[in-house]
Amino acid sequence: MKRTRLSFKTLILLMMITIIPLSAATAQEKKLMMATTTSTDNTGLLDYLMPLFSKDTNIEIKWTATGTGKALKLGERCDVDVLLVHAPAAEKRYIDAGFGKDRREIMYNDFVIIGPAADPAQVKGKTVKQALEIIRDNQSLFLSRGDDSGTNKKEKILWNQTGKPLPEKENWYIQTGQGMLATINAAEERMGYTMTDRGTFIKYQSQKGGTAPLQVLVEGDAILLNQYSVLTLDPKNCPNAQYDLAMIFSDWMAGEKAQTLIKEFRLLGQPLFTPNAK
Amino acid sequence: MDFILAGLAQAFGLLATGDSATWSAVQATLKVSTCSMLMSMAAGLPLGFLLGYFDFKGKRPLRTVLDTLLALPTVFIGLLVYAFISSRGPLGDFNLLFTLGGIAVGQTILAFPIVTALTAATIEGMDPHLKLTLISLGAGRKNIIATCLWEVRFGILAAAVTAYGRVMTEVGISMMVGGNIKWHTRTITTAIALETGKGMFANGIALGLVLITIAFAVNLSLSFLRKQ
Repeated sequence: MKRTRLSFKTLILLMMITIIPLSAATAQEKKLMMATTTSTDNTGLLDYLMPLFSKDTNIEIKWTATGTGKALKLGERCDVDVLLVHAPAAEKRYIDAGFGKDRREIMYNDFVIIGPAADPAQVKGKTVKQALEIIRDNQSLFLSRGDDSGTNKKEKILWNQTGKPLPEKENWYIQTGQGMLATINAAEERMGYTMTDRGTFIKYQSQKGGTAPLQVLVEGDAILLNQYSVLTLDPKNCPNAQYDLAMIFSDWMAGEKAQTLIKEFRLLGQPLFTPNAK
Repeated sequence: MDFILAGLAQAFGLLATGDSATWSAVQATLKVSTCSMLMSMAAGLPLGFLLGYFDFKGKRPLRTVLDTLLALPTVFIGLLVYAFISSRGPLGDFNLLFTLGGIAVGQTILAFPIVTALTAATIEGMDPHLKLTLISLGAGRKNIIATCLWEVRFGILAAAVTAYGRVMTEVGISMMVGGNIKWHTRTITTAIALETGKGMFANGIALGLVLITIAFAVNLSLSFLRKQ
């Protein structure tokens, strides 16, 4: 009996040991909380850039990767300090509404429409508008993120351009409700078309060792430009958000060093993002 | 098929080489699930004891409510906790969002009904002669309760293990409240969700095996305790 009691004590002691670091970890200096899009995280860009940012500025940065829609909501509710997003129209509305203060363009890549290499609907080389019309007419499988992310917002704008409503309830239009890479993988499983940013597509290609079943079919339209920006929150709306640290982050991202690093970030020899801070 | 085997091989690799991202997730999982289990035990054990030991009016409806709470979906708890601890929420000043502490709060809500219901059931299932025997031996009220608790220690241990397993494996609360932040709030389960989302199935399977290994170790050490 005595031995059992002793073991119980050891068990409790073990539990205490695991908990103590939990409380100790809460007391630290400068921390910045960022909400960002899945593309910057999925491609590995942040894993590559952010340790260098922390080294240069002594600010520990934490980020949660969601769609741009949710990221903006997190900022609106003051749950984060800074945003790295890619939906210019929504960002401008956001600033006008008094939620955001400074918006700084950092980098861009472009959106592409990808699909099975065999291209059953024959959209290769067409303009975006033509391609979507063909997909709609043929009722070819199209996968959408459907999560109000920056990519999803852009995709809705493109459907809008075809002059017909979003095929939301159509059988061939599938809304995955997941991040970009997850949606590309779903498109591969179902052999459907989808729209993605080029950075995430290159990441997907590199995961498949360069020979991916899905290929870029439509690209190059001016409307497909995909601009990423850093947004700080308006201190009037969020007095507790760390505006000063957010500005340091924004400056760093727009600075020469980060811009060069972004330019040098490549997979399969291709750049994933092009820096364009002014 | 390949990625399943690759996952197996990778699981051992991740653990053996001390992959820092994996260990960070393992640590986060252990910290947060231990913390939430202890909190839910602290609240659930006394309540479960009262529910099982005493008869009172309204006991049955209370048990029904408790049993319903056993089915609380983790994403609903996640949503609820998120709403409360968001900086615009009533508990926003505690800065719990995107922290392990926040996840622990949610997981405590998840584990509390389990601990309470299982403790109550164990106490109710106790040998009814025990109390009578103790009284006939002249034991006082305090002694009776203490002896009863000692008699059901394994039942309580089982409640703890069940609660531990549940909080360790949940993903809804960790994802919504914790935000899946690398090095901070990324637990094994949210890491699996992320890897699967990225199409890195082997990584996901490897992490799943790590989780099962931990669960196995916990159960093994408890059955060791039971034998002593």
